[in-house]
Amino acid sequence: MNLSWPNNPITALSVKLGLTVCGMFVFAIWIMPPLYDAFCDITGLNGKTGDKYEVVDTAVDTSRVINVQFVATNNEGMPWKFGPEIKQMSVHPGEQAMINYLASNPTGNDMVGQAIPSLVPYKAANFFHKTECFCFEQQALLAGKDAILPMMFIVDQDIPEHIKTITLSYTLFDVTDRFSKDELLSMAHDGL
Amino acid sequence: MAHGPAKGFTRWLYTTNHKDIGSMYLWFSFAMFFLGGMFALVIRAELFQPGLQIVEPNFFNQMTTMHGLVMVFGAVMPAFVGLANWMVPLMIGAPDMALPRMNNWSFWILPFAFAMLSSTLFMQGGAPNFGWTFYAPLSTTYAPPSVTFFIFAIHIMGASSIMGAINIIATILNMRAPGMTLMKMPLFVWTWLITAFLLIAVMPVLAGVVTMMLMDIHFGTSFFDAAGGGDPVLFQHVFWFFGHPEVYIMILPAFGIVSAIIPTFARKPLFGYASMVYATAAIAILSFVVWAHHMFTVGMPIAGELFFMWATMLISVPTGVKVFNWVATMFKGSMTFETPMLFSIAFVILFTIGGFSGLMLAIAPADFQYHDTYFVVAHFHYVLVPGAIFSITAGVYYWLPKWCGNMYNETMGKIHFWLAFIGLNVTFFPMHFSGLAGMPRRIPDYNLMFADWNMISSVGAFLFGAAQVVFLYNVIATIVSGKKATDEVWDNPEGLEWTVASPAPYHTFAEPPEVK
Repeated sequence: MNLSWPNNPITALSVKLGLTVCGMFVFAIWIMPPLYDAFCDITGLNGKTGDKYEVVDTAVDTSRVINVQFVATNNEGMPWKFGPEIKQMSVHPGEQAMINYLASNPTGNDMVGQAIPSLVPYKAANFFHKTECFCFEQQALLAGKDAILPMMFIVDQDIPEHIKTITLSYTLFDVTDRFSKDELLSMAHDGL
Repeated sequence: MAHGPAKGFTRWLYTTNHKDIGSMYLWFSFAMFFLGGMFALVIRAELFQPGLQIVEPNFFNQMTTMHGLVMVFGAVMPAFVGLANWMVPLMIGAPDMALPRMNNWSFWILPFAFAMLSSTLFMQGGAPNFGWTFYAPLSTTYAPPSVTFFIFAIHIMGASSIMGAINIIATILNMRAPGMTLMKMPLFVWTWLITAFLLIAVMPVLAGVVTMMLMDIHFGTSFFDAAGGGDPVLFQHVFWFFGHPEVYIMILPAFGIVSAIIPTFARKPLFGYASMVYATAAIAILSFVVWAHHMFTVGMPIAGELFFMWATMLISVPTGVKVFNWVATMFKGSMTFETPMLFSIAFVILFTIGGFSGLMLAIAPADFQYHDTYFVVAHFHYVLVPGAIFSITAGVYYWLPKWCGNMYNETMGKIHFWLAFIGLNVTFFPMHFSGLAGMPRRIPDYNLMFADWNMISSVGAFLFGAAQVVFLYNVIATIVSGKKATDEVWDNPEGLEWTVASPAPYHTFAEPPEVK
């Protein structure tokens, strides 16, 4: 067969198949991850909590009490001391509540940390709103300094009846190498 | 058309002949089969007794990783592509593959990919040690520096497979002899057509996942790094979206091979041809919606667990149709038990056992106990060794007389079969027991309570390895000094490949045959 492109059916088919290959590669890198994030966002899967929340309904449902527990862990190799001021508190849905986390950098190096939240049960993830949180950005601590990291939250009034306890976990990662010295200094907490 | 083959070594470098390229693929995969087998024997030698005897734990992990990678990408996949190169044009009455130069290229990049992958064994920090599934962050944050070589090796293997797949689809859809309608194609051609579409769909996803790893490691992205807003679980989803169709890529051509062999030695036409085609297509389509059954324990909602559990169990329906058809083909046939038939019957029995343990693993609540134990190892070796390896072996014995013109030694073939059959079952059957008792996979040392089963497994593994040496000897002896084979080779076999001379001339079907 000596037909030239685009009349050669073999060439035409090969081009189509090649385009499918490119399409699947694009799908894997540029479509699947955002799709996964969107899916987790909608369903609350993987316990990621949302971004900064604007209060829409200030009514407090005093008939219910939700027990909120706080857990903190350091990722491997993170030397900071990091933990919540209190281990748990009881709140009414709709009530504005606040908890402080304490972080201190006992090392001789200036460092930057990033706290990543995860929440169980997953079904509660979309009903736990943060109006203010240190986890929205990175925390820089100079050598030997410490800081109080506040977090303000509201449990949604529409949280399903069967959820009585929410556990919020923060894992602290060392992200120092993502920042230059100048960036670190401009971000640094003043300390206590 | 009297010209060729060319003389000297450049014949193999420059060849665009489907038979030459098919032979190179087969020899390459044979070499990789022995390399991967040696890695496996290092694993089994270390596990012969509890405690650390022979290798360091880190080297042990490199062995499990390299064994998996070499066997999957180096032995099984190139062997099937080699069989496709040899047999697809002969079976559909085409003179060659549709894209012969690309065919040469897709073979010749493979040795470079595996040279690169194997070279990591000699690098500082050692070879990849994170398992063939290379879960992030083991393969990103905690990986040895050689991981970059691993990533590029995977890219090259992927490119090779994709080009091979495009070539096979283009050949099958455009170059069939007049009268060879789709529903007259031999099942090996059908299963390879469907496999090629699976390759086109998922090999780019594998390339994508290793590219994301590369960017996470070297370019500061955070696809799989929680600290930067990514998610390691995403890795598992993307990987298994590739990985599950991949396991069917390694089994569908095997279905085609045994569907060619069983009718020949049962002396009956294949039972339920059309249902075989539809079952193959159904398995391929279902393979895209079951990936998360590999990750029941990551913390999925109950709806997800149930969906993936049922979808997985649904696959046993088309697979059951196939097993039924093979048994029905043999039923009341006048069967003889030459080596290809022995391997094919063993395929049907042992693959079914592997299928049943797969059903057990598909039960989401039970999987929480089986997950990451030797039960999983037993399961996938029961589907891959008797599935892929036995079918390839059966295919080699079945078509070798056509390829080289000489008949293999039947006695030695039977010795090979029985050694392999016994070795395989002695190796892998006890793993069901050690797995159910709780022995985790990928560990160099284990609790004393698992000692007996592990010792038996190790003995079986060396027996299985010895059987393959018999195989190698038999193949070489056949080519060098085998008795002359007839053109038909077997007793009235079906298919165009038996209408050409033995050995198959360098150029066949320059004039398309008439298919009735």
